Amino acid sequence: MNTLDLRALRGAVVLATGAGLVSLAPAGDLAAQALDRTRPPALGPAPTLRLPAVQTATLPNGLQLAVVEMHEVPVVDLTLILDAGAVADPADLPGLATFTANMLDEGAGQRSALQISEEAGFLGARLTTAAGFDAASVGLHVSKRQLGAALDLMADVVLRPTFADSEIARQRELRRTAILQQRDQPVAMAGIAFPAIVFGGVHPYGRPINGSEASTAALTRDRVVEFYQGYYRPGNAKLLIVGDITLIEARRLIAARFGAWQRGEPRATAPAAPVPAPAARTFYLVDKPGAAQSVIRIGHVGVARDNPDYFPLEVMNTILGGSFTSRLNQNLRETHGYTYGANSQFAMRRMAGPFQAGASVQSAKTDSSLIEFLQELRRIRDEAVPQAELDKAKAYIALGLPGNFETTSGAAAQFRDLLTYGLPLTYYNTYIQHINAVTAADVLRVARQYVNPDRFAVVVVGDRSQIEAGIRALNEGPISIRDLWGQEVR
Amino acid sequence: MTRCSRTAAGGLAVLLLACALPSGLTAQALHVPYTTFTLPNGLKVIVHEDHSVPIVTVNTWYHVGSGDERPGRTGFAHLFEHLMFMGSQHVPTRQFDQLLEAAGADNNGSTTEDRTNYFEDGPTNALPLMLYLDADRMGFMLPEITAEKVDLQRGVVQNERRQSYENQPYGLAEENILRRLYPAGHAYSWPVIGSMADLSAATIEDVRQFSRTYYTPTNATMVIGGDVNPVAVRRLVERYFGDVARGPAVTRNQPPPVNLAADVYATLEDRVQLPRVYSAWHTARAFSADDAALSVLADVLASGKSSRLYRRLVYEMQIATQVSAYHDALKADGSFRLYATARPGHDLNEIQRVIGEEVRRIVETGPTVREVQRIINQTEAQFLDRMERVGSFGGKADQLAFYDYFVGTPDYFQADLDRYRRVTPADVQRVAREYLQRPRVVLSVVPQGRQELAATQPGGTR
Repeated sequence: MNTLDLRALRGAVVLATGAGLVSLAPAGDLAAQALDRTRPPALGPAPTLRLPAVQTATLPNGLQLAVVEMHEVPVVDLTLILDAGAVADPADLPGLATFTANMLDEGAGQRSALQISEEAGFLGARLTTAAGFDAASVGLHVSKRQLGAALDLMADVVLRPTFADSEIARQRELRRTAILQQRDQPVAMAGIAFPAIVFGGVHPYGRPINGSEASTAALTRDRVVEFYQGYYRPGNAKLLIVGDITLIEARRLIAARFGAWQRGEPRATAPAAPVPAPAARTFYLVDKPGAAQSVIRIGHVGVARDNPDYFPLEVMNTILGGSFTSRLNQNLRETHGYTYGANSQFAMRRMAGPFQAGASVQSAKTDSSLIEFLQELRRIRDEAVPQAELDKAKAYIALGLPGNFETTSGAAAQFRDLLTYGLPLTYYNTYIQHINAVTAADVLRVARQYVNPDRFAVVVVGDRSQIEAGIRALNEGPISIRDLWGQEVR
Repeated sequence: MTRCSRTAAGGLAVLLLACALPSGLTAQALHVPYTTFTLPNGLKVIVHEDHSVPIVTVNTWYHVGSGDERPGRTGFAHLFEHLMFMGSQHVPTRQFDQLLEAAGADNNGSTTEDRTNYFEDGPTNALPLMLYLDADRMGFMLPEITAEKVDLQRGVVQNERRQSYENQPYGLAEENILRRLYPAGHAYSWPVIGSMADLSAATIEDVRQFSRTYYTPTNATMVIGGDVNPVAVRRLVERYFGDVARGPAVTRNQPPPVNLAADVYATLEDRVQLPRVYSAWHTARAFSADDAALSVLADVLASGKSSRLYRRLVYEMQIATQVSAYHDALKADGSFRLYATARPGHDLNEIQRVIGEEVRRIVETGPTVREVQRIINQTEAQFLDRMERVGSFGGKADQLAFYDYFVGTPDYFQADLDRYRRVTPADVQRVAREYLQRPRVVLSVVPQGRQELAATQPGGTR
């Protein structure tokens, strides 16, 4: 089946929770009133959401467990969060963290790579391994009935990966090909070039998370084993368990399989190099001959997850580019039709991640689109947001929350953030209050503080022959020609 | 948040005790209880209670898709879907989205070959607003349609085509396969997104005609799911939809079965690094006798690292970067799809040869019991996951509407799963023999200027 969704992916993921923000008039008995189609119905009070409690335990070896009980469907969702993300990549080997995570299930314990995959499939289990910048993770989603057998498999993958040379070579070759194929995808190209330009090649957020052609060739068993032994330790790990299970059951099942995990001496990730001072606004063109659209990414270094302005930033970004009715999407898509969707987001990580606004726009409208982007990114700093627009954004975040806790994997995503960033497990209990407290003055203040058009890196991946002259004519800054790694092309 | 018990009391979410199923992932049968009623104007409504989270979803299916388009207007059903968000007689342009977001609700729509659906998900108190908005666009949209709105969404949809097809590697393969798999003019011979030229040609008169023909209560099913009271839901639906005009009965042409007389080989140049080869065979429509076995066959061949083709092409021989297979089961026809991408320095003919060998092995000796059981278990796990969500695409409400339209029984969850659980190795062998030895379309997608990399027809020309 060939399904087309109306809307492109929306903008930044919004964390929110809790009891109702009631700004709409009570409904009364609608049926008793005559139908008047000229006015939308007044809505009754919003429902309240009772959040599930997070229960915790720590095994003697230091492994922390967090359990959230959800019993309506007999499934369990587990996420082992490890302090083993790409920020720990050695300077000479970007891509090692993601490669190590990827290798975990390519042979472990007595099972080969194919046997692990076959057995997970036979159990109806989804077993995944991955690494982002701040953490690596091993995920398991499985029916309650097969939980024990699937946990055996997960424990092998976490504790006893084989890292056989033959499998290293196999995955290295697949990665080499995947890196080659990045050149086919303008969105992937922008995803490498933009952070490389904003953070530079030294800061971990500027390095390609899956490595380069050269670093891939240098991946060896020794480097993988060394990384694994340093970072894959119980003291570096938290296990989140959501679903049809109790804390007592979970503790028993996990202790039996992960209790013997050697404490070791978990390696702390080195503090990152400072971010290079931002340049004056510059346009960076990455040539993609024949491209039907230009992929635009505009931004600079943003904020860390522990930023005290988190809530005003969420509201500000929702207004700017974080929802369908946000200014960027309404302007670029619903007023001009230049794109299928425009958005903005703050990637909030342990350290300050990127702020970026972006869209894929039709090539002939690249310059026109950039004008609209810059106009909206300036307007959010220049004018106080009207009250109705502010109320809409706050309600959208606050009232949209219950849906995030509907499924085990949805709830897990919410709680995973708390564990990854060391936030209190009761965080969502006060989320709504914090959102409600945001004022128009707060929005203006954080827009001025954290969005700086004078310092924008404007990255455009598109057909240079079609778009360069128009961008130059904007007279908004110099143009630099770059390759997909963000390096200057001479 | 603590959801209610999984037992049946009060039609709560979802799993009712039933006979123990020995190999299954649960001891219960899948069951999504519902009530239903039909308004005098023909609108069918299905209500499913799930009180686990205080949210509600409204999911409306219109029984029209790209398969109802006519040549020269391909992509129109999907363009029309976009226009459904552009305002109606009592809801000014942009207010549809603004009102829903201000109530904490999300919404979206999607179009396939066979149907178009629309949902709103949000807090329970937003239900009257959702119904008000959906009723206004069902009953009162036409007076507000303007050429400007059509032009604007035409631009958005053309950018969707650029983003999702033209600017994606291999993105134009599908339309090149379809127009060779089906005869010209066949309802499934063009992709849902349509052609740029046809999108450009669409007029406001087309919009009016399409709306009057297909966007009527008699041609729709609306599912309301979540933390709701069916009595109150019915009162609200009657209030907002009661005076929507019934509209004419819809007649739909059933496309005739199609067969290829001989293999069709074709080559497409694209801005890609690596060549890829696609095969497509005509099969059987959704829910027909062979549908489930064809789906299991696809997974035996290419789902997961231990699948037959992944193991040989990607893992052992290392001549391909990936391989995928699926059974594309539509309402009136189906096709079996398979594609693989060559590694640098390897050849599509080499890949085709191995695919041929593996298909032949299935035809001659069938899969093992364990292989088939693995696929069934994975399918069962997917069904179980679906029970967790009431809204959005693929949630319980969407699925109730799907089963209602495709098989006439909204709560068909367990019966659907049972189709897969009954599949035997002999069934898989039989459908491989029956369908994969027929003529097929073979499309090679090669880097620009590299026609010599295309798969060649045995004993024929490129």
